[in-house]
Amino acid sequence: MRKSVGTSTSGQGSPPLAMRWSSFQRRYAPYIFVSPFFILFLVFGLYPTLFSLYMSFQAWTPSDGWGRWKYVGLENYTFTLTDPMFWRSLWNTIWLGVFSGVPQHLIAIPLAFVIHMVLSRFKTFVTAVYFLPYITSSVAIALIFNTLFATNNGVINLAIAHLNTWPLLGALLPDQNINWFTSANIKYALALVVIWQFTGWNTLLYLSAIQAIPKDLYEAASVDGATRLQQFRYITLPLLRPMMFFAVSLTIIGNMQLFEQPFVLLNGGASAATPGGQTATMYMYRTAFEWLEMGTAASIAWLLFVFIGILTYLNNLIFGRAARGGD
Amino acid sequence: MKQIPSLLALLVLFGLGLAQKTTLTVGVFPNLDDALKAQIPLFNKKYPDVEVKLVIQQYADHHNALTTALATGQGLPDVAAIEVGFVGRFAEGQGFEDLNKAPYNAGQYKRLFTPYTIAQATASDGRFIAMPVDIGPGTFFYRVDILQKAGVDPKNMMTWPGYIAAGRKIKATTGAFLIADASDVAWINIFATTPANNSPYFDAQGKVVVDSPRFVRAFELAKNIRAAGLDARIGAWSNEWYDAFKKGTVATQFSGAWLQGHLQNWMAPETKGLWRVQQLPEGMYASWGGSFYAISSTSKNKALAWEFIKFVTTTREAQVAAFKAIGAFPSLLSAQEDPSFNEPIEFLGGQQARLLWRDAARRVKPLRANKYDRVANEIISQALAQVLDEGKDIPTALAEAKRLIERRMR
Repeated sequence: MRKSVGTSTSGQGSPPLAMRWSSFQRRYAPYIFVSPFFILFLVFGLYPTLFSLYMSFQAWTPSDGWGRWKYVGLENYTFTLTDPMFWRSLWNTIWLGVFSGVPQHLIAIPLAFVIHMVLSRFKTFVTAVYFLPYITSSVAIALIFNTLFATNNGVINLAIAHLNTWPLLGALLPDQNINWFTSANIKYALALVVIWQFTGWNTLLYLSAIQAIPKDLYEAASVDGATRLQQFRYITLPLLRPMMFFAVSLTIIGNMQLFEQPFVLLNGGASAATPGGQTATMYMYRTAFEWLEMGTAASIAWLLFVFIGILTYLNNLIFGRAARGGD
Repeated sequence: MKQIPSLLALLVLFGLGLAQKTTLTVGVFPNLDDALKAQIPLFNKKYPDVEVKLVIQQYADHHNALTTALATGQGLPDVAAIEVGFVGRFAEGQGFEDLNKAPYNAGQYKRLFTPYTIAQATASDGRFIAMPVDIGPGTFFYRVDILQKAGVDPKNMMTWPGYIAAGRKIKATTGAFLIADASDVAWINIFATTPANNSPYFDAQGKVVVDSPRFVRAFELAKNIRAAGLDARIGAWSNEWYDAFKKGTVATQFSGAWLQGHLQNWMAPETKGLWRVQQLPEGMYASWGGSFYAISSTSKNKALAWEFIKFVTTTREAQVAAFKAIGAFPSLLSAQEDPSFNEPIEFLGGQQARLLWRDAARRVKPLRANKYDRVANEIISQALAQVLDEGKDIPTALAEAKRLIERRMR
């Protein structure tokens, strides 16, 4: 009934409604089904990103209210680039990136090789154990380390004090409790936390890459009389290169955005002002939410983006496709 | 057809009933919320049809949420509690009502409060954005048991050189540290030596004064204490800080009067009777903390919000109720005359400490809030950390801090 009405009203040439519906479905349904991602991305991904770009050219104090911003051109960028506090925080970030990032990989690669070669039977268990810190909440980790690093009754200082009573080792160690929360020491404490937290993750990445290396390569090598060490040096390492590029990229990005660990460790243990532990993202947070300088904070975010880009490019030169002559 | 008029009447009545029950939202942080919980029943006696709804968030979250709400103009509570650390910055914004103006005319109430609080909530253009509710007169806490053991007379600690000398004696005889962190001595000196009607960091013209002799002296005192190994180098509000108070590894502490409530309620209740208080050394008086209530400009219940704020800040019974609930020192002068002020405090070994704090509160000079106070506070904290932890030279650190603060005053 309805169909016939449809055909009669739509004239001679058009197809029936059901057919049009089905062609509509065929043409547009996929877009509707994928749209939730794009809508969410537009609202929570693209819009804030573009808005922060816009904001970086404005002077705005949020307590003044919405819309009371003032165009200042590149002033936020020139201010940030000439700001000693920004450079110090960036220096801290890079220091932490190197001293927590490099050891992660230096530990993870041999560890993955050993797990793969020697502990093959307990592989799953061992991997799970190493992976555990990665999925633990950073805030919980920082709180625990906060207690461990405590100056007067922290386990780490107590251990050092105990080792002090040993004959030879004692001479090498300081005889006073170390205050881990001073500017000079907090970096080491933070690096230790980050290494502990992310080495397992990298081990997992390398382990999966090692497992993908064809077994016959190793078999051929051992037939030729290559030792385990030689196999590691001449087979595993070169073939791990793509994974190294990927894992190091992740480490660079992660370390440039290091926030929760220093934030919680410093707020709980020492003054948040401890300059040595202030990372670039902490400085950005401070600029935005303590000092209410939203425009400046947005410019810091974009400058960080540029720095991450540069570092990733350098990483690509070392480990990536470029280093392998574009193969 | 006959029922229609009565039905209409019923509807009107029902509508009125709905209109009469008004909800007032109050954004607040712990443990000021406990003070409000003690005050709301009193308020409801006067305004039975008002339902006061508390929006409680942790200290930092609360102020972050206020900042975001001010930014977007959305989601501000009718009444917002503001801690003294934020009131200067919020005062410079436009998000809260100017209480000097009609219909509030808060000018008539200002003389009822401890004088210095009024200046704290006044913007540089004269707008008065929040009513003071509690204050934190600075005070000198000490462990009487440790001092006795060391043979130190607390009176001899009333000068800074005497304080440090006593600290050496305490460390040598009992092993206890003089203070949790040397920087506390620097801070109480910086606050207490601020000239009247100035910000601690800026003079009356708004110029940065962080390289002035009073900053140098404050930094030197802290440096001397650190160099003599008299501070435990423990940051405030850390587990180690609480532990030091519990175990008595720290002999003295400078803080607002509210520290007594915290020590007694949760930090170190087992040290009851071991603490005493006295005034700060060298006739110094300083305020250490304090809270305010403001009305947001977007509130739909401004008149009611004002009635509520007036009630909790200017009525004696409400202020005394809050005082009894959390030990928050009332900003209202008449509340400070309450007989409970004469009561001995058992936690302080029966000392009539409230009289001492009241005396201190009345001697604190009024300070002016500056838009850049928080920036300056942070930069000075960093300079102090560099002096104490990295051995940086004091004049260099202060000159650098001055330049950093000036850069930010754009």
